[in-house]
Amino acid sequence: MAKLNINGRVRDVQVEADTPLLWVIREQIGLTGTKYGCGVAQCGACSVHINDQVVRTCVLPVGSVKATDRIVTIEGLSATGSHPVQKAWAALDVPQCGYCQSGQIMAASALLKRKPKPTDHDIDDAMTNICRCGTYQRIREAVHMAAGRKQA
Amino acid sequence: MKDIKLSRRRFIVGTAAAGGGLAVGIRMPLGLRAAEAQGTAAAAEVNAWVVVKPDDTCVIRIARSEMGQGTRTGLAQLVAEELECDWKKVATESITPGQNLARERVWGEMATGGSRGIRTSHDYVRRGGAAARMMLLQAAADEWKVPVAEVSVADGVITHAGTGRRTTYGKVAAAAAKLTPPDLKSIKLRDPKEWKIAGKPMKRLDTADKLDGSKVFAIDVKLPGMLHAAIKACPVFGGKLVSYDEAKISGRPGVRRVVKVNDSTIAVVADTWWRARSALEALPIVWDEGPGASQSSATIGKHLEEGLAAKDVYAFRNEGDAIAAIQGAAKKVEAVYGTPFLAHATMEPMNCTVKLSAERAECWVATQNSEASLAALSEQSGVPLAKCEVYRHDLGGGFGRRGGNQDYVRQAVNIAKHFPDVPVKMIWSREEDMGHDFYRPISQCKLAAGLDDKGALVGLHVRISGQSINAFVNPALVTNGQDARQLQGYTDKPGDAQLGYTVPSLLIEYVMRNTHVPVGPWRGVNTNQNAVYMECFIEEVARAAGADSLEFRRALMSKHPKHLAVLNAAAAKGDWGKPLPAGVHRGIAQFMGYGSYSAAIAEVSVSGEGKVKVHRMVLALDCGHAVNPDQIAAQVEGSVAYGLSAALYGECTVQNGRMTELNFDRYQLLRLAEMPKVETVIVPSHDFWGGVGEPTISVVTPAVLNAIFAATGKPVRTLPLKNVTLV
Ligand code: FES
Ligand code: FES
Repeated sequence: MAKLNINGRVRDVQVEADTPLLWVIREQIGLTGTKYGCGVAQCGACSVHINDQVVRTCVLPVGSVKATDRIVTIEGLSATGSHPVQKAWAALDVPQCGYCQSGQIMAASALLKRKPKPTDHDIDDAMTNICRCGTYQRIREAVHMAAGRKQA
Repeated sequence: MKDIKLSRRRFIVGTAAAGGGLAVGIRMPLGLRAAEAQGTAAAAEVNAWVVVKPDDTCVIRIARSEMGQGTRTGLAQLVAEELECDWKKVATESITPGQNLARERVWGEMATGGSRGIRTSHDYVRRGGAAARMMLLQAAADEWKVPVAEVSVADGVITHAGTGRRTTYGKVAAAAAKLTPPDLKSIKLRDPKEWKIAGKPMKRLDTADKLDGSKVFAIDVKLPGMLHAAIKACPVFGGKLVSYDEAKISGRPGVRRVVKVNDSTIAVVADTWWRARSALEALPIVWDEGPGASQSSATIGKHLEEGLAAKDVYAFRNEGDAIAAIQGAAKKVEAVYGTPFLAHATMEPMNCTVKLSAERAECWVATQNSEASLAALSEQSGVPLAKCEVYRHDLGGGFGRRGGNQDYVRQAVNIAKHFPDVPVKMIWSREEDMGHDFYRPISQCKLAAGLDDKGALVGLHVRISGQSINAFVNPALVTNGQDARQLQGYTDKPGDAQLGYTVPSLLIEYVMRNTHVPVGPWRGVNTNQNAVYMECFIEEVARAAGADSLEFRRALMSKHPKHLAVLNAAAAKGDWGKPLPAGVHRGIAQFMGYGSYSAAIAEVSVSGEGKVKVHRMVLALDCGHAVNPDQIAAQVEGSVAYGLSAALYGECTVQNGRMTELNFDRYQLLRLAEMPKVETVIVPSHDFWGGVGEPTISVVTPAVLNAIFAATGKPVRTLPLKNVTLV
């Protein structure tokens, strides 16, 4: 049994405390925008925001999440896909298959919250999610665009 | 234009007629979805490719799979080009293999691999678009009682110049749908030089739902009452399941039961996947690992090495007397190269949902070959084809993994057999995905070259010893080890994967040395290894000749003007011969595959500790007609990332008969910080149709290795680079 605040709604879930938050979000809550890629905190496909920090949820037991923690998933990032990161991603046609992109967008939006004008170096450090389709060049450009500046 | 007569009833497709399953494949503007939900829109199927809605939305049917490569958008551009509709009002719909079967394959082949999605269907999809346009114009002309030659169309608005009358596709579609279609073969298609929609860098049609989490991948499918399965096959290839102790997990929450999937595979079914997975991890299983357990990378390496010296081999090309020419040459160069097994590691792990009823078999799956999925579903379930359906979802990566084999569909069917009328979703863990791939085949290559006293190449001998994909996939394709596919990129036949060099005496041989490891096509397939062998060795030979790497290649390419033009384009854009910052070095490579010509320049530095940094890559590609230049650039960028992952880190090593790299901690993939700046040059050419998704990957690794050679003075002959001491 856990109480979770997800995308501004508080929900009760019946689940073993050691279940990773990723699977609670996908299976008990039913929000499938957050993806499973590796299960070992390597790829970032499962990234969400918890209290504005990006977190890889595949290794986070739901039992360690507090009812007061604010969890935001890709579905809750903006009401209409209008977050600057989503807009920049659309403008540059970043996604290929799209599977990693929820995680990429959550990582990028957390970075911009922390550092509104990130340098290339900041982007290198923060954007460590794997994209097997190799959209990295456009991701970098889109982060700069979302920050309101042209690529350096 | 010939008249189109009123004819037998054509299909009029209402929104409901598509069936519940098809809805998942539909990508439409939001407004349209709302109209559909209210059931207000009645759409007319003008022909198999084009459905027009009363609001003028043109729904273009797509038969090929979308796995990120942009084929959906490219095919829609080709249809829309001939249809002359308003691109802003284009939506697409993925047809299902069941529909294709029921309509005698009116949509042609659905398989999507070998970079063929566009190059083998451009003709008939454009004819489909043109035929629909002709019928729509005819319907307007009939309504106005004027000759069809007097009406014209732009952006889906039809006008009659004489009377100034106007109408739109949406208004005449229902009438057009009743007309006899024109003879497809007699249609004259537009000259690609006059394209307005095709050939342009249109935005993809399928981006929006990848940005807000609403896209439903196969792994995300939700069905009422659905159960979930976690699966494990014997870690040793060829091993068998002996026994398991179900009692040890039967009390766990949500667990339904253990299912023996086949001789070598077991699954746990539960109410959620995480519970199934946790129970599977706790389940005691006894395997008979079989003879494969004695195999390792070392034993496989020896097996291949033996092939390099074997007597009875397949001579694929034998022109002149290469052995004698090399022996008598003023200077000899020799080298042995090797490349490892590699996993595809699609971001979306293998998964499949199946529901079986007495009368019907259904499956929800990401597949590069949905007709093979349908066949596998039918065969494995025993339900006749006509009562099977595959609801295909866009793939979270394909790269060749989700092609003909359909192992995961067969497994999911076997699990679902235990739960009649209940949908069961099977998901592979990443560890399962990495441990049971169809790997890029392993090989070694021995090369020798002879130079005359002026430094000209007089003879070249290439011998590849390695595993054959065909021998694994379909042994009937290979007799006496003669598998030309393993020599992809070395043929003298023009058009697909031709070697760009002319060598006076040339001997190319293949020695088939198979292993117990399953193999299959991996983005770029054998062009990857073969380009490394050829292009890195040519670099060694050029240096031995004291020649410039570009000039040495040019001298061998006069009979291959298209290869040469692409090499020149890469060299020009890549500033070949111009000064570089201190410590940065250039490498060059060219190769051909999938009907397209590629070349690359890499700018690389090697640190004092031997760390490689790739700063910039320029890739030139001649794929003939370029349907969407921006998506071609995206594929080139992606091929650099995929290629560099392999060059820097990629290897699947065998220990005790099983793979040891089972997740991304040990199978490292390129990340953003390591991505070089990529510049794409599309060499304009309008006389053929080449592939895009795969060709350029082949030149990435050799260009980088040749730049490292320039930096260190030592050739790199084995991969991945993480295992090579550079300084
Ligand atoms: S699924 Fe969590 S980091 Fe990969
Ligand atoms: S877009 Fe396919 S994995 Fe990133």
